[in-house]
Amino acid sequence: MDAADRRIVQATQAGLPLEPRPYHAIAEATGLPPAEVMQRMERMLAEDAIRRIGAVPNHYALGYRANGMVVWDVADEVVDALGARIAALGLSSHCYRRPRHPPHWPYNLFTMVHGRERAEAMRAVEAIAAVLGPAARAHEVLFSTQILKKTGLRLAG
Amino acid sequence: MDDLDRRIVNALQGGFPVCERPFAVAAEGLGMDETTLIARIAALRAEGVLSRFGPLYKAEGLGGAVTLAAMAVPEDRFEEVVALVNAHPEVAHNYARDHQLNMWFVLATEDEARIAATIRAIEAETGLAVLNMPRLAEYHVGLRLEA
Repeated sequence: MDAADRRIVQATQAGLPLEPRPYHAIAEATGLPPAEVMQRMERMLAEDAIRRIGAVPNHYALGYRANGMVVWDVADEVVDALGARIAALGLSSHCYRRPRHPPHWPYNLFTMVHGRERAEAMRAVEAIAAVLGPAARAHEVLFSTQILKKTGLRLAG
Repeated sequence: MDDLDRRIVNALQGGFPVCERPFAVAAEGLGMDETTLIARIAALRAEGVLSRFGPLYKAEGLGGAVTLAAMAVPEDRFEEVVALVNAHPEVAHNYARDHQLNMWFVLATEDEARIAATIRAIEAETGLAVLNMPRLAEYHVGLRLEA
Protein backbone atom coordinates (compact mmCIF):
# COMPACT_ATOMS: atom_id res chain seq x y z
CA MET A 1 0.00 0.00 0.00
CA ASP A 2 1.56 3.27 -1.09
CA ALA A 3 0.67 6.80 -0.02
CA ALA A 4 -2.05 7.20 -2.65
CA ASP A 5 -3.74 3.90 -1.68
CA ARG A 6 -3.56 5.00 1.91
CA ARG A 7 -5.35 8.28 1.14
CA ILE A 8 -8.07 6.34 -0.67
CA VAL A 9 -8.51 3.95 2.27
CA GLN A 10 -8.74 6.85 4.67
CA ALA A 11 -11.30 8.63 2.50
CA THR A 12 -13.53 5.55 2.11
CA GLN A 13 -13.13 3.40 5.23
CA ALA A 14 -16.26 4.88 6.85
CA GLY A 15 -18.17 4.47 3.59
CA LEU A 16 -18.54 5.75 0.04
CA PRO A 17 -19.92 9.25 -0.42
CA LEU A 18 -23.65 8.81 -1.14
CA GLU A 19 -23.78 10.97 -4.24
CA PRO A 20 -24.04 10.26 -7.98
CA ARG A 21 -20.25 10.32 -8.61
CA PRO A 22 -18.76 8.89 -5.41
CA TYR A 23 -15.36 8.06 -6.91
CA HIS A 24 -15.07 11.60 -8.21
CA ALA A 25 -15.81 12.88 -4.70
CA ILE A 26 -13.03 10.63 -3.38
CA ALA A 27 -10.74 11.98 -6.09
CA GLU A 28 -11.44 15.49 -4.92
CA ALA A 29 -10.87 14.54 -1.27
CA THR A 30 -7.56 12.79 -2.02
CA GLY A 31 -6.21 15.07 -4.74
CA LEU A 32 -5.96 12.13 -7.19
CA PRO A 33 -7.48 12.04 -10.69
CA PRO A 34 -10.85 10.17 -10.74
CA ALA A 35 -9.54 7.58 -13.22
CA GLU A 36 -6.65 6.78 -10.90
CA VAL A 37 -8.96 6.40 -7.87
CA MET A 38 -11.10 3.90 -9.80
CA GLN A 39 -8.11 2.03 -11.20
CA ARG A 40 -6.53 1.75 -7.72
CA MET A 41 -9.77 0.54 -6.16
CA GLU A 42 -10.20 -2.06 -8.93
CA ARG A 43 -6.64 -3.22 -8.21
CA MET A 44 -7.33 -3.47 -4.46
CA LEU A 45 -10.43 -5.56 -5.26
CA ALA A 46 -8.39 -7.85 -7.51
CA GLU A 47 -5.71 -8.22 -4.83
CA ASP A 48 -8.36 -8.89 -2.14
CA ALA A 49 -7.26 -5.83 -0.15
CA ILE A 50 -10.93 -4.90 -0.65
CA ARG A 51 -13.11 -7.94 0.09
CA ARG A 52 -16.12 -6.37 -1.59
CA ILE A 53 -17.87 -3.05 -2.12
CA GLY A 54 -21.47 -2.62 -1.05
CA ALA A 55 -23.92 -2.77 1.82
CA VAL A 56 -22.63 -3.96 5.21
CA PRO A 57 -25.81 -4.96 7.05
CA ASN A 58 -26.24 -4.95 10.78
CA HIS A 59 -27.31 -8.54 11.56
CA TYR A 60 -29.53 -7.45 14.42
CA ALA A 61 -31.33 -4.81 12.36
CA LEU A 62 -32.15 -7.46 9.71
CA GLY A 63 -33.84 -9.52 12.40
CA TYR A 64 -30.94 -11.93 12.95
CA ARG A 65 -30.95 -11.74 16.73
CA ALA A 66 -29.30 -15.10 17.30
CA ASN A 67 -25.67 -14.78 16.19
CA GLY A 68 -23.55 -17.59 17.50
CA MET A 69 -19.84 -18.19 17.35
CA VAL A 70 -19.55 -21.97 17.33
CA VAL A 71 -16.18 -23.30 18.38
CA TRP A 72 -15.05 -26.88 17.84
CA ASP A 73 -12.17 -29.01 19.07
CA VAL A 74 -11.10 -30.92 15.96
CA ALA A 75 -7.96 -33.06 15.66
CA ASP A 76 -5.15 -31.12 13.96
CA GLU A 77 -4.65 -33.82 11.29
CA VAL A 78 -8.17 -33.44 9.90
CA VAL A 79 -9.12 -29.85 10.75
CA ASP A 80 -8.20 -28.34 7.36
CA ALA A 81 -10.14 -30.92 5.35
CA LEU A 82 -13.16 -30.66 7.64
CA GLY A 83 -12.99 -26.85 7.81
CA ALA A 84 -13.22 -26.68 4.02
CA ARG A 85 -16.21 -29.09 4.05
CA ILE A 86 -18.01 -27.12 6.77
CA ALA A 87 -17.47 -23.82 4.94
CA ALA A 88 -18.92 -25.33 1.75
CA LEU A 89 -22.17 -26.22 3.55
CA GLY A 90 -23.27 -22.57 3.32
CA LEU A 91 -24.47 -22.61 6.94
CA SER A 92 -21.83 -20.32 8.41
CA SER A 93 -20.73 -16.82 7.46
CA HIS A 94 -17.10 -17.35 8.54
CA CYS A 95 -14.98 -20.46 9.04
CA TYR A 96 -11.47 -20.19 10.48
CA ARG A 97 -8.81 -22.24 12.22
CA ARG A 98 -7.35 -20.49 15.28
CA PRO A 99 -4.90 -21.55 18.01
CA ARG A 100 -6.04 -23.41 21.12
CA HIS A 101 -5.28 -21.96 24.58
CA PRO A 102 -5.20 -25.04 26.81
CA PRO A 103 -6.40 -25.97 29.35
CA HIS A 104 -9.37 -23.58 29.29
CA TRP A 105 -9.78 -23.14 25.57
CA PRO A 106 -9.38 -26.38 23.59
CA TYR A 107 -11.15 -25.11 20.45
CA ASN A 108 -9.39 -24.67 17.11
CA LEU A 109 -12.21 -24.40 14.51
CA PHE A 110 -14.45 -21.31 14.54
CA THR A 111 -17.72 -20.93 12.63
CA MET A 112 -20.42 -18.24 12.80
CA VAL A 113 -24.11 -19.12 12.52
CA HIS A 114 -27.09 -16.78 12.35
CA GLY A 115 -30.81 -17.13 12.94
CA ARG A 116 -33.83 -15.04 13.66
CA GLU A 117 -34.13 -17.11 16.83
CA ARG A 118 -31.66 -19.30 18.70
CA ALA A 119 -33.53 -22.45 17.60
CA GLU A 120 -32.85 -21.55 13.94
CA ALA A 121 -29.15 -20.96 14.65
CA MET A 122 -28.99 -24.22 16.62
CA ARG A 123 -30.32 -26.15 13.61
CA ALA A 124 -27.25 -24.95 11.68
CA VAL A 125 -25.03 -26.03 14.59
CA GLU A 126 -26.60 -29.52 14.54
CA ALA A 127 -26.13 -29.80 10.77
CA ILE A 128 -22.44 -28.87 11.12
CA ALA A 129 -22.04 -31.28 14.05
CA ALA A 130 -23.49 -34.08 11.90
CA VAL A 131 -20.84 -33.48 9.21
CA LEU A 132 -17.99 -33.26 11.72
CA GLY A 133 -19.15 -36.40 13.53
CA PRO A 134 -16.77 -37.85 16.12
CA ALA A 135 -13.92 -35.72 14.70
CA ALA A 136 -15.38 -32.88 16.82
CA ARG A 137 -14.39 -33.88 20.33
CA ALA A 138 -16.23 -30.95 21.93
CA HIS A 139 -17.99 -27.76 20.92
CA GLU A 140 -19.62 -24.69 22.43
CA VAL A 141 -21.96 -22.03 21.06
CA LEU A 142 -21.23 -18.46 22.19
CA PHE A 143 -24.19 -16.28 21.29
CA SER A 144 -23.51 -12.57 21.05
CA THR A 145 -25.57 -10.57 23.51
CA GLN A 146 -24.56 -7.07 22.42
CA ILE A 147 -22.59 -5.30 19.69
CA LEU A 148 -20.14 -3.19 21.66
CA LYS A 149 -18.39 -1.72 18.60
CA LYS A 150 -18.60 -2.21 14.84
CA THR A 151 -16.56 0.30 12.91
CA GLY A 152 -14.43 -1.97 10.75
CA LEU A 153 -10.83 -1.29 9.92
CA ARG A 154 -9.62 2.25 10.62
CA LEU A 155 -6.27 3.63 9.58
CA ALA A 156 -4.96 6.33 11.87
CA GLY A 157 -5.28 9.75 10.26
CA MET B 1 -37.97 -1.57 5.85
CA ASP B 2 -40.17 -2.38 2.81
CA ASP B 3 -39.70 -4.72 -0.15
CA LEU B 4 -37.61 -2.20 -2.07
CA ASP B 5 -35.24 -1.85 0.91
CA ARG B 6 -34.99 -5.64 1.18
CA ARG B 7 -34.06 -5.92 -2.48
CA ILE B 8 -31.39 -3.26 -2.06
CA VAL B 9 -29.86 -4.96 1.00
CA ASN B 10 -29.93 -8.41 -0.62
CA ALA B 11 -28.60 -7.32 -4.00
CA LEU B 12 -25.88 -4.93 -2.90
CA GLN B 13 -23.90 -6.91 -0.31
CA GLY B 14 -21.10 -6.94 -2.85
CA GLY B 15 -20.40 -6.22 -6.48
CA PHE B 16 -21.09 -2.49 -6.28
CA PRO B 17 -19.52 -1.17 -9.50
CA VAL B 18 -16.44 1.01 -9.83
CA CYS B 19 -17.35 3.50 -12.55
CA GLU B 20 -18.40 7.09 -13.01
CA ARG B 21 -22.08 6.65 -12.04
CA PRO B 22 -22.15 3.43 -9.96
CA PHE B 23 -25.45 4.18 -8.22
CA ALA B 24 -27.10 4.67 -11.62
CA VAL B 25 -25.73 1.30 -12.82
CA ALA B 26 -26.80 -0.51 -9.63
CA ALA B 27 -30.21 1.22 -9.68
CA GLU B 28 -30.87 0.05 -13.22
CA GLY B 29 -30.32 -3.56 -12.17
CA LEU B 30 -32.84 -3.05 -9.38
CA GLY B 31 -35.42 -1.33 -11.57
CA MET B 32 -35.26 2.03 -9.83
CA ASP B 33 -33.57 5.36 -10.48
CA GLU B 34 -30.28 6.66 -9.15
CA THR B 35 -31.82 9.32 -6.88
CA THR B 36 -34.13 6.79 -5.22
CA LEU B 37 -31.32 4.31 -4.63
CA ILE B 38 -29.04 6.93 -3.05
CA ALA B 39 -31.87 8.20 -0.80
CA ARG B 40 -32.81 4.65 0.24
CA ILE B 41 -29.20 3.73 1.09
CA ALA B 42 -28.82 6.95 3.10
CA ALA B 43 -32.01 6.15 5.03
CA LEU B 44 -30.90 2.53 5.69
CA ARG B 45 -27.60 3.91 6.99
CA ALA B 46 -29.37 6.44 9.22
CA GLU B 47 -31.71 3.76 10.61
CA GLY B 48 -28.78 1.47 11.37
CA VAL B 49 -29.95 -1.33 9.04
CA LEU B 50 -26.60 -0.88 7.30
CA SER B 51 -23.57 -0.27 9.47
CA ARG B 52 -21.76 0.99 6.37
CA PHE B 53 -22.04 1.28 2.62
CA GLY B 54 -18.74 1.09 0.81
CA PRO B 55 -15.55 -0.95 0.51
CA LEU B 56 -14.83 -3.65 3.06
CA TYR B 57 -11.08 -3.50 3.52
CA LYS B 58 -9.09 -6.51 4.57
CA ALA B 59 -6.22 -5.56 6.88
CA GLU B 60 -3.85 -8.29 5.63
CA GLY B 61 -4.47 -7.26 2.04
CA LEU B 62 -3.29 -3.76 2.93
CA GLY B 63 -0.12 -5.12 4.46
CA GLY B 64 -1.69 -4.93 7.91
CA ALA B 65 -2.53 -7.48 10.55
CA VAL B 66 -5.75 -8.69 12.15
CA THR B 67 -6.60 -10.91 15.08
CA LEU B 68 -9.48 -12.06 17.29
CA ALA B 69 -9.00 -11.55 21.01
CA ALA B 70 -11.04 -12.64 24.02
CA MET B 71 -11.28 -11.57 27.65
CA ALA B 72 -13.09 -12.82 30.75
CA VAL B 73 -14.42 -9.59 32.24
CA PRO B 74 -16.04 -9.55 35.70
CA GLU B 75 -19.69 -8.48 35.29
CA ASP B 76 -19.35 -5.53 37.66
CA ARG B 77 -16.47 -4.12 35.59
CA PHE B 78 -18.00 -4.74 32.18
CA GLU B 79 -18.95 -1.16 31.24
CA GLU B 80 -15.60 0.20 32.43
CA VAL B 81 -13.66 -2.41 30.43
CA VAL B 82 -15.80 -1.84 27.29
CA ALA B 83 -14.84 1.84 27.41
CA LEU B 84 -11.12 1.04 27.87
CA VAL B 85 -11.07 -1.52 25.04
CA ASN B 86 -13.19 0.46 22.57
CA ALA B 87 -11.07 3.57 23.09
CA HIS B 88 -8.34 1.86 21.02
CA PRO B 89 -8.82 2.70 17.31
CA GLU B 90 -7.26 -0.71 16.54
CA VAL B 91 -10.45 -2.35 17.89
CA ALA B 92 -12.59 -2.78 14.75
CA HIS B 93 -15.44 -4.86 16.24
CA ASN B 94 -16.32 -5.83 19.77
CA TYR B 95 -19.07 -8.25 20.86
CA ALA B 96 -20.39 -9.33 24.25
CA ARG B 97 -20.97 -13.11 24.32
CA ASP B 98 -22.60 -15.40 26.86
CA HIS B 99 -19.56 -17.34 28.05
CA GLN B 100 -16.96 -16.99 30.76
CA LEU B 101 -14.90 -15.37 27.97
CA ASN B 102 -17.56 -12.69 27.61
CA MET B 103 -15.83 -10.05 25.47
CA TRP B 104 -14.58 -10.82 21.96
CA PHE B 105 -12.96 -8.16 19.80
CA VAL B 106 -11.18 -7.91 16.48
CA LEU B 107 -7.96 -5.93 16.28
CA ALA B 108 -7.01 -4.58 12.85
CA THR B 109 -3.66 -2.80 12.67
CA GLU B 110 -1.12 -1.66 10.15
CA ASP B 111 1.51 -4.16 11.26
CA GLU B 112 1.98 -7.25 13.38
CA ALA B 113 3.90 -5.40 16.11
CA ARG B 114 0.95 -3.10 16.67
CA ILE B 115 -1.27 -6.14 17.50
CA ALA B 116 1.04 -7.22 20.31
CA ALA B 117 1.43 -3.64 21.55
CA THR B 118 -2.35 -3.08 21.65
CA ILE B 119 -2.90 -6.35 23.54
CA ARG B 120 -0.22 -5.37 26.06
CA ALA B 121 -1.80 -1.93 26.47
CA ILE B 122 -5.29 -3.40 27.05
CA GLU B 123 -3.91 -5.89 29.57
CA ALA B 124 -2.09 -3.09 31.42
CA GLU B 125 -5.12 -0.76 31.43
CA THR B 126 -7.63 -3.40 32.53
CA GLY B 127 -5.47 -5.72 34.63
CA LEU B 128 -7.11 -8.62 32.73
CA ALA B 129 -5.58 -11.27 30.48
CA VAL B 130 -6.24 -11.07 26.73
CA LEU B 131 -6.27 -14.34 24.75
CA ASN B 132 -4.91 -13.80 21.24
CA MET B 133 -6.51 -16.02 18.60
CA PRO B 134 -5.13 -15.06 15.19
CA ARG B 135 -6.46 -16.78 12.09
CA LEU B 136 -4.27 -19.76 11.14
CA ALA B 137 -6.39 -20.77 8.15
CA GLU B 138 -9.47 -19.40 6.42
CA TYR B 139 -11.99 -21.68 4.73
CA HIS B 140 -13.97 -19.95 2.04
CA VAL B 141 -17.69 -19.37 2.66
CA GLY B 142 -20.34 -17.86 0.45
CA LEU B 143 -23.17 -17.21 2.90
CA ARG B 144 -24.94 -13.86 2.70
CA LEU B 145 -27.68 -12.77 5.04
CA GLU B 146 -31.10 -12.33 3.49
CA ALA B 147 -33.04 -9.28 4.62
